[in-house]
Amino acid sequence: MAETLDKLSMYLQLPFVQRALIVGVVIALCSSLLGVTLVLKRFSFIGDGLSHVAFGAMAIAAVLKLTNDMPFVLAVTVICAVLLLRMGQNAKIKGDAAVAMISVGALAIGYLLMNIFSTSGNLSGDVCTTLFGSTSILTLTEEEVWLSVGLSALVILVFIFFYHKIFCITFDENFALATGVRAKLYNLILAVVIAVIIVLAMNLVGSLLISALIIFPALSAMRVFKSFKSVTICSAILSVCCAALGMLISIAFGTPVGSTIVAVDIVTFFIFMLIGKIFGGIKQ
Amino acid sequence: MPQIICKDLCLGYQGQEIIHNLNFEVNKGDYLCIVGENGSGKSTLMRTLLGLQPPISGNILTGDGMTKRSIGYLPQQTVTQRDFPSTVWEIVLSGCQNQCGLRPFYAKAEKQKALSNIERMGLTKLKKRCYRELSGGQQQRVLLARALCAAQDILLLDEPVAGLDPVVTEEMYRIIEELNQKDGMTIIMISHDIEAAVKYAGKILHIADHVFFGTTDEYIKSGRSRFLTKEAEVNG
Ligand SMILES: Nc1ncnc2c1ncn2[C@@H]1O[C@H](COP(=O)(O)OP(=O)(O)OP(=O)(O)O)[C@@H](O)[C@H]1O
Ligand SMILES: [Mg+2]
Repeated sequence: MAETLDKLSMYLQLPFVQRALIVGVVIALCSSLLGVTLVLKRFSFIGDGLSHVAFGAMAIAAVLKLTNDMPFVLAVTVICAVLLLRMGQNAKIKGDAAVAMISVGALAIGYLLMNIFSTSGNLSGDVCTTLFGSTSILTLTEEEVWLSVGLSALVILVFIFFYHKIFCITFDENFALATGVRAKLYNLILAVVIAVIIVLAMNLVGSLLISALIIFPALSAMRVFKSFKSVTICSAILSVCCAALGMLISIAFGTPVGSTIVAVDIVTFFIFMLIGKIFGGIKQ
Repeated sequence: MPQIICKDLCLGYQGQEIIHNLNFEVNKGDYLCIVGENGSGKSTLMRTLLGLQPPISGNILTGDGMTKRSIGYLPQQTVTQRDFPSTVWEIVLSGCQNQCGLRPFYAKAEKQKALSNIERMGLTKLKKRCYRELSGGQQQRVLLARALCAAQDILLLDEPVAGLDPVVTEEMYRIIEELNQKDGMTIIMISHDIEAAVKYAGKILHIADHVFFGTTDEYIKSGRSRFLTKEAEVNG
């Protein structure tokens, strides 16, 4: 045990580990904020869908030999996010089916493209990294750290600024539309913010596990708290704690970062479910 | 200039017509009651007036300072998720959102308005309670308080008294009348309670194969209200 702690404190001195911790916590905070809305809008899987789109976009960027793929990936993901949220409304194709369609489609085509045009010798290694995140968070450059922190700060500001509007359109979109609240505009902003978060979070947990980062804190908080505000605050705190704990564990024991964070999230969910059961029982 | 004019309005879903060539107008300060059988298209009409669905053909003209931001609306059914975490206070306050524009937070006056509407609906004790744990009638009152928060000029109510107990129903009609007479608020209300409709409303729109639109007096004379024909039989 003492040995592990020694190892941990040694690692914590390293600048790239510190950077990873900062970025991880900030990204976890952002993704949990919007998780509540996404879960309530029945869009839990949009994280999955969009991250696969981002994966596909990365593949295309690689084929086109773009050196800096971030702007391209971000743009493609934003467009898809807007399309998906639109589709959810005029349900010719139901929201979840649309998400599933785009999600698997992008994944397949992305992998296909990578396979056909790949120049790297370690294709499955590359794919695995994109899907599960693995070590990419530890190899962040200072520039990427600042970009992530900057974008996250922006996301948090936007969320605080639009908090009441987000509640209004999440609780009853028809009422908002009927009474002249600009629900369409706010939905658009929501879509853009979600896309930004997805692209950020891909660095942390990889594209397969993003949904977990988004929905678990929200679901845990909803077991115990009953107002929108308290659920939002609780899920933000939970997400930050779980991400920090998960990363520390993964550093100490050499486990993969993304899956460790998600594992911690899952454990928390069950703890909160129990608390909810006990307290709900007492109240009635 | 009337607030709302409907010209040759045809309504329906996916090209299937439910109401054909509807013509009526609403002036500022009117109290209009929309009556008709189940499925005759009353809610559809209200949703179309609110711009939630497009008409098949025809026009809805608005004027006399009516903008969306001055509308309060009570839907017939609100599909909210069973697990939605939100308190009565949060929901009622969200009715004021249409007065916020881009301003991120609620002003003091708006919070005060939400508070007084909560009191009006007798919800003061439930203010901090979770919406999904309330009874059906209590939930209806929360949504009514929210509608009152949103309404500046005009209030559209889809069966506001459905599910309310007699005392609250009376209180509800009294509040609506007061809003109409004191504040000059335009009321458009869908109701199956024809007795109350002819008692309170100034104008009636009866939706059926043969549409009636006119003042309440004309409506009583036309003998279209089942309730009144019954009474006439008793009296005669
Ligand atoms: N989303 C929909 N798609 C297709 N048809 C619909 C839809 N909603 C309602 N209808 C049909 O439109 C007709 C009018 O419905 P509407 O809800 O307007 O009736 P209503 O007059 O409000 O009835 P009630 O008194 O029961 O509230 C009904 O025949 C119904 O079957
Ligand atoms: Mg109806």
